[in-house]
This record gives sequence, C-alpha cells and structure tokens, in this order.
Amino acid sequence: MMNRWQFLKRLTPLLALMVLVLSACGRADLSALNPQGPVAQEQFGLMKLAFSIMIGVVVVVFALCLFVIVRFRRRRGDKSIPKQVEGSHKLEIIWTVIPIILLIILGVPTVQSVFNLSKDHSNDPDAVKVIVTSHQYWWEFEYPELGIKTAQELVIPKGKIITIEAKTADVLHSFWVPSLAGKIDTNPGGNANRMYFSAPKEGVYLGKCAELCGPSHGLMDFKVKSVDDASFDRWAAALQKPVAMPSDPVVAAAFESKCLVCHAVGDKGGPLYPNLTGIGSRDSVGGILINTDDPKYSNEGSTYDNLHRWIENPDDIKPGNLMGKIDLTQQELDGIAKYLSELTLDNEK
Amino acid sequence: MDWLTTVDHKKIGILYLIAGGFFFLVGGLEALLIRIQLWKPLNDFVSADTYNELITMHGTTMIFLAAMPMLFALMNAVVPLQIGARDVAFPFVNALGFWTFFFGAVLLNVSWFTSTGAPAAGWTAYAPLSGPAFSTGHGMDYYVLGLQIAGIGTLIGGINFLVTIINMRAPGMTFMRMPMFTWASFITSALILFAFPALAVGLAALMFDRVFDANFFDPNNGGNAVLWEHIFWIFGHPEVYILILPAFGVISEVISTFSRKRLFGYSSMVFATILIGFLGFMVWAHHMFTTGLGPVANALFSIATMLIAVPTGIKIFNWIFTMWGGSIKFTSANLYAVGFIPTFVMGGVTGVMLAAAPADFQYHDTYFVVAHFHYVIVGGLILGIFSGLHYWWPKMFGRILNETLGKWTFWMFYIGFHLTFFIQHFLGLLGMPRRIWTYLDGLGFNEMNLISTIGAIMMGIGTIMFILNVVITNAKPQNAADDPWEDGRTLEWTIPSPPPEYNFKQTPLVRGYDAYWKEKMDGHKGMTPAEPIGSIHMPSPSILPFTMSLGLFITGFGLMYSRDWTFITEHIGFYIAGLGLLITFGSMFLRSVYDDHGFHIEPEELEDKGVKA
Ligand code: HEM
Ligand SMILES: [Cu+2]
Repeated sequence: MMNRWQFLKRLTPLLALMVLVLSACGRADLSALNPQGPVAQEQFGLMKLAFSIMIGVVVVVFALCLFVIVRFRRRRGDKSIPKQVEGSHKLEIIWTVIPIILLIILGVPTVQSVFNLSKDHSNDPDAVKVIVTSHQYWWEFEYPELGIKTAQELVIPKGKIITIEAKTADVLHSFWVPSLAGKIDTNPGGNANRMYFSAPKEGVYLGKCAELCGPSHGLMDFKVKSVDDASFDRWAAALQKPVAMPSDPVVAAAFESKCLVCHAVGDKGGPLYPNLTGIGSRDSVGGILINTDDPKYSNEGSTYDNLHRWIENPDDIKPGNLMGKIDLTQQELDGIAKYLSELTLDNEK
Repeated sequence: MDWLTTVDHKKIGILYLIAGGFFFLVGGLEALLIRIQLWKPLNDFVSADTYNELITMHGTTMIFLAAMPMLFALMNAVVPLQIGARDVAFPFVNALGFWTFFFGAVLLNVSWFTSTGAPAAGWTAYAPLSGPAFSTGHGMDYYVLGLQIAGIGTLIGGINFLVTIINMRAPGMTFMRMPMFTWASFITSALILFAFPALAVGLAALMFDRVFDANFFDPNNGGNAVLWEHIFWIFGHPEVYILILPAFGVISEVISTFSRKRLFGYSSMVFATILIGFLGFMVWAHHMFTTGLGPVANALFSIATMLIAVPTGIKIFNWIFTMWGGSIKFTSANLYAVGFIPTFVMGGVTGVMLAAAPADFQYHDTYFVVAHFHYVIVGGLILGIFSGLHYWWPKMFGRILNETLGKWTFWMFYIGFHLTFFIQHFLGLLGMPRRIWTYLDGLGFNEMNLISTIGAIMMGIGTIMFILNVVITNAKPQNAADDPWEDGRTLEWTIPSPPPEYNFKQTPLVRGYDAYWKEKMDGHKGMTPAEPIGSIHMPSPSILPFTMSLGLFITGFGLMYSRDWTFITEHIGFYIAGLGLLITFGSMFLRSVYDDHGFHIEPEELEDKGVKA
C-alpha cells in the first residue's frame, strides 16, 4: 500500500508538467484549454483535476500491463502449466476501493461546480441580459433592457456578468464559446435555457454551434466581442440611430425592394433575418468570411469582397441557408456590397 | 438455397458474419470518405449534404448493421457450443432474427440510391431536425423503417439467447460454471430485451410524425423535442453496453486460454458484468448534460456515470492478473485481446472525464467525444471482435487463419487506430465541434486532421489485409484440430472443427468451471457423456423466416412512398404496404397450421457423420 502512494507522489511533477504544457495549448480565443473568463476557468480546473487522476490511472495500468506481458511471455517449447489461481479477495477489494476513493475526489468538486455554474443571474441588476436565438444558420442577439437586436456578433461590456437566455427559431442548436464558457443547447418550444459568463479582458472570442442542425451546421460561427463600458454604451446608442439609404437611387431601390423584405437596417426593414445595422463594423460576413485587408486564407477578404461574395451566391458559402440567390444586376450587386461595407457604426472614439 | 432456409445456429452465425462483415466494409468506406473530406481545411471533396448523409449512415451502419451482427455471429457460433447444447432454443426464430436484420439493413441502404438521398440527421436523429418539417425527402423514412425492421431481428435474437442460456445448458453446467462469453451474451441479451422496445417505441412515434402527420416531437404543435432525446438515450446508452459486454466476454476467454490460466476472480467478473448492465440503464442523461435538465439531474447522472468505472476497473485488473503468473502466448487472437486492455482503459478514463458535467459543457459534441467513443467502440468492441474471430475461426470454419499475416494486420490496424483517434482528443479540446463538414483555415486544426486521416487509411489497409487473410485461408484444406490452440478450456473445443450439425453426439456432463480443462487435468481425453448414444431430433429447414422478413421489407417501402406514388390510384403505397403485411402474416399462418415435426438423425448415421469429412 505504502509503495503505491509513494509511486503516485513521484508521479505528481510529471502530471504538473503535462498540465502546464496543455494549458498553453490552442488559440486563446478558441481553445477550452486556454480559458479567458471565470466560467471557462472553473471548467478547466475540473478538467485538470480529472485529467491528473486519469493520467495516474493510465500510468499504473500501463505499467502493470507492460510488466506482465514482458515477464510472463511463454518461452519456446514451454509445456509447464501455471498455477490455476482462483482469485484474491484482498486484491479485488483493493481495486474496488481505490477507484471509489478517486471518484469521490473527482465527484465532490463536480457536484459543487454543477450547482455553481447553474446559478441564475437573470434578476441581477448589474448583469447584462441577452436573449440568444439560433436560426439555421445564424445567431440573433437581443438585449431586452436596451431594446436592441443584432446578429452574428455578441458585443459585451468587459467584466460584467452576461446572462443568456437561449432559444431556437427552428431545430436544436447549441451555443458554445470555448474560451469563455461551455455550451448550452437551444431547445425549441418555449423552454429557454440559461447560462452566464463574463470576459474580464477585451477581445474577440470565437463561438460555434455545437449541435448538428443541417448542412451548414459546421459553418454556424459567431463572435463574442468584449469591449470597455463606454464603448459598449456608444455601440448600443449607435445601433439605435436611423440609417441613411444608399445614395445611388437604383441601388437604393433594389436594396429596399429585395433586401429589406427580410433584413433590417436602423429603423427600416423586416426582422426576419439578420439585422444588418453596422455590418461594416463586424469582423466577418456570415460568421465565416473573415474581414481583413490582409487576407491569408481563402476564407478571408476585405469587407467589400466578402459582402460581394456572399450576396452574389450565399449558397456557395453556406449550403442550405435560407437567403437563396437574389436576382440583382451587376450594378446593384456592386452598389449594395459597397453600401453595406460602409455601413459602420460610429461608436469608436 | 440451403443458406436461405437454414435454421442451424452455426450457419446462421456465418450468415451474420458475412452480412455484418459486408456492412462493416460499407461503414468503413463511409468513414474513409469522411476523413478524406476533413484532411484539409475548406475541402469540398463531398458536398455538405452528402457529408451529413455519410456521418449519419456511418454511425447507424457501424452500430446497428456491423457491430451488432458481428457480435451475433460470434454468439450464434459459440454460445450453444459453450453450454453443451445441440442448438438454440428456437431455431426458426433465430433464422427469422437474421432475415429481419438483413432486410432492414438492405432497406436502410437502399436510401443511397434514391433521389432524395440517405438520412442526414445524425445517427441520433434528434428531433425536430429528423422530423418532416426539416428532413423533407425520404432519407429519414428509410432510417425509421429500416431500423425498426432490423430492431425486430435484434430483439427476437436476444430473447432467443436468453431462453437458450436459461434452458439448454448441459447437465452440470450451473450458472456459476458458465464461460464468461456465455455470461456476457446472457447479460447483453437481457439488456436487448429492455432497451430495444424503447427504440421501437421511439421509432414508431417518429414514423407517425413523418408518415401520418402526428406531432410527438413537433414543438409547434404541442410535441416535445427533448422527449426524443430521452427515448433515444434510454435505448442508446444500454446499447453501448450491449455492444461492449460480449467483447468483454471474448477478451476473458482469449486471455485465459493463451495464458494457460483460469480467469482471475471469476465470480467478481460475473458480478461486475451484471452491475455494468444494471448501471447502463441509469446513466442515459449523461448524453444530455447540455440539454438543460437542471443541476440536480446533472449532478445525479454525473455521479451515476462515474460509478460504472468501478466494475469496469474490476474487470481490467482481473484480466491483468489472469495473465500474471501465466504462460502467455502471443497468437493473433491474443495480440488483439492484450492490445484491447490499454486501449479500453483509455476510452474508459475519458468516459469518466466526460461524466463530470461542467467539464462536459466543454467536451460535449466535440472531437473529444468522437475520440472517446471510438476508443471504446473501435478500441474495445472491434478489437474484441477481431480477437474472437481469430480465436474461433478454426471452430467455425475448420481452418486456422494465417498467423503471420494476422499479426501484421494487427499492427497495421492498431497503429492506424491510435493515430486516427488519439489526436482527436486534442482537436476537441482546441475547439473543433463534431459533425462538421469542413473547418476554416488558420484555426490550428490542419495538421492534426491530416494525421488523423493518415491513421484512418492505415486502418482501411488493415481491414483489407484481414479480408485477404480470410481469402487465403479459405483456399487451404479444412484440417483444424478439435482443440487447435491446445489450451482450450471450454466445451466448444471438445467437438470437431467445424462441428457436425448436431454439435454433440452425446450431451457432455459438466463437472466444474472450465469443464474441458478440468477433464484434461484429470487425465481424461474428452468429456464424460451424460446420455447414451441415441437418435437426435433436428428441426427442419424453412423458407418462411425469409418470406416473413421480405414481407416486412415490402411493407416498409410501401409506407414510405404512400404519399408520392399515385399511379393507378391514390395512396398506392398503402396497398403495397398491405401486400407486404399479407406476405408476412400469410407466412406466419402457414407456420402455425403446418405441423412440422422436424427429423431425426439415427445412431448409425451418427457413426459415419461423426467421423470428420
Ligand atoms: C467507463 C465507461 C463509460 C463511460 C464513463 C462513458 C461516458 C460517456 C459520456 C459521459 C458520454 C457523453 C459525452 C458527450 O456527449 O459529451 C459518452 C458518449 C458516448 N459513449 Fe460512452 N462511456 C463509457 C463507455 C462507453 C462504451 C463501452 C461505449 C461503446 C461501446 C461508449 C460509446 C459512446 C458513444 C457512441 C458516445 C457518443 C454519443 C453521441 O454524442 O453521439 N461509451 N460516454
Ligand atoms: Cu446550429
């Protein structure tokens, strides 16, 4: 017995090292191993605990296996018959009790954490409430207290607790921001799920849909943008301002008759599909075409190029999405892409 | 023709093996296509729709049409022999079980060739995506009806094994003398008995939603989508243990034989098997931690799930201590069995990690889970099946598989397997969700996915090597000894390879655990018979199981197209469905009115047949 514990003790530095190596893993804005907020931090703590215990178990079992295989392999021509051992109560009790102890070590913090992470902050006056509604294949974020709605990019004030009410407009999806929090399914039919998280640091964090929801399930990405309080207030205010229509009357007519039946900008248009107010300020088009003036990958391009690509044939980008190809002349297409790429929110100061 | 009418458990075992092996190849091909699609970012080797069809059919095929039947193949080939029986309790029902499985499987795969394509809502078929509103076309209809028909086969097969094991044991074969594989088959059959009706109910409800406009799972009309998750996993989690327990049984037999030692802690092994089976029913909601069941449910299901690690641990250590002090021979069969242990341990520990609900909020539906369940299903179940096939091949076919090629195959498959799946743990932790058709460039997923694809190709090569081995071996003469491994411990090794139709000329008398080993140690050549040589009663072959299943197949077809087909008259599909049912019930009727007494093999015939051909 004594030996066993000493063995484990000797193992601890190794385990600590493994955990260290792991914790530096992955992109800070995407990896569950590189948590950027308290909720993900707590989950990561539990993962580390489980991981350490399990590495211990694996090492012990592998060592035993290896020893047995090497030590007791049959020599050529060996006809001897080993002793037929029936079993050993002592040993069997040992390997029943030790796992139970290990499970208690893991089980207690698990249960604590389950209750901790299910706290309901929806009545907390300091928390920011957001109603998340998932759609095939985009995300809608509504701030009921501020009376604003946006899509694809969840802007949050840094450090504040964000409480999520998650719903879906169609099938099951799952709201997941690995570096800030775990995931929660969005169930249809009125039963909203709740979750909370916060991001102490400013930055953009990647979010994904984690529940098979149709052909473009894997492309249903979104961003969480954490900004300081003042920027957040400016952003919220800017979002509520009316928006000017395209200056070219042909483009304006096309935009109003072909786009605003579903989309909204400012106080105009329909609420059916993603709200486009401020789309020129977003980090991506459709969640997956990354806006950058210095593209490195084929899913990147300038805001204008990305919008152009998307409007020209959305089905090429996200198969099965409900926008469909819109009938536009080249001039209308160029004009709308240009207009939208310039449709920024003047909230930076 | 012989094969269409057979009711002999050994032949049915071979049928299961051929059909299951075929679907294993189909599922494997689907897996390779999936991995090819993912070998680089933003690949468009297959379309998004095709990709979802591939993952759905891969999962469904591997679980229901490959793993289950291959286990049934081993159970059919071995269980009656291990308990000293002449056949299963209901040979006719046994044949019926095979044919319903087979026609259900064919029906499911026909979907590939239809214009609306294969089902694409994942093997878990979560509503409402699987419902009529979001899965238009007939793909999901094939899933619902194909699995329903195949499920009937599994259910009656399970019941048959339960009755066989309870009623047909040779004199002296008490429950606590039964070989571990038989025990595992027994518990598995019990799980089938309780789990498959849940699946049948779920599929029936989904069929009503799809074919008859019901609203069980449609939230817009008062249905409940989460209900499907519960029904599915109440079946689905036990299903996982239905699969793994027989593999545990195989490992116990193989390790003990090739260590020349009796199984360490037999009674605790039996107890652990029962306990795993029982707990398997208590943990379904660990697949639903993120569904929002609330902290109380999540905490309870977390703890219940973790508990399964205890009996599983008991089994692992008992296997290691079976080898301890033994004389271990590394045949191909034993390589698979020994390779199984560390692999399964890794799948088990990630299982416990998943069981911690708050951490599962991160793991769930990512590649971490994909890695976990492939470590248990491939690293556990498939290695177990390969081990069992190499081990019992001489008993089933009278020929020993080529050992050298067998070992090469093992290493190819084993290394390929770890290359494919080990790295996927990290992919998941770094943020790659599962079931995604493609991933963006620059997220840091590229290299790991490439490695994973290379591993998958190695597994594919390994599988082809196995088939090659089968073909080569088949060309050799049928000359395996009764006890080809020389250290056989259980009853199947006391009779010729392959066994005669009636298995045992005289039912053996069992005098202890590891009955044959005991006789050998007492210096006897074979078993003491429990009866004088006499005439043996055999069941007659029958085509009716085939026609009954064919009828169900036709019914399934008709139901699916009941709305589309309007030539001749409206709703012609319903008439076709009716015709199918008529065939099925007609066959049942014939079976009831026609009194078939079977036939007898007389002692004189036994003398010539007993001598091996
Ligand atoms: C020590 C034993 C085991 C434990 C503790 C365990 C635990 C779990 C848990 C907690 C999950 C849910 C993960 C998630 O969805 O996030 C899971 C998923 C899964 N497990 Fe296991 N498991 C064990 C054994 C097995 C075995 C023996 C098999 C198969 C032969 C298996 C197959 C699966 C499959 C297929 C899934 C994926 C379900 C899906 O999302 O489609 N598990 N397991
Ligand atoms: Cu989604």
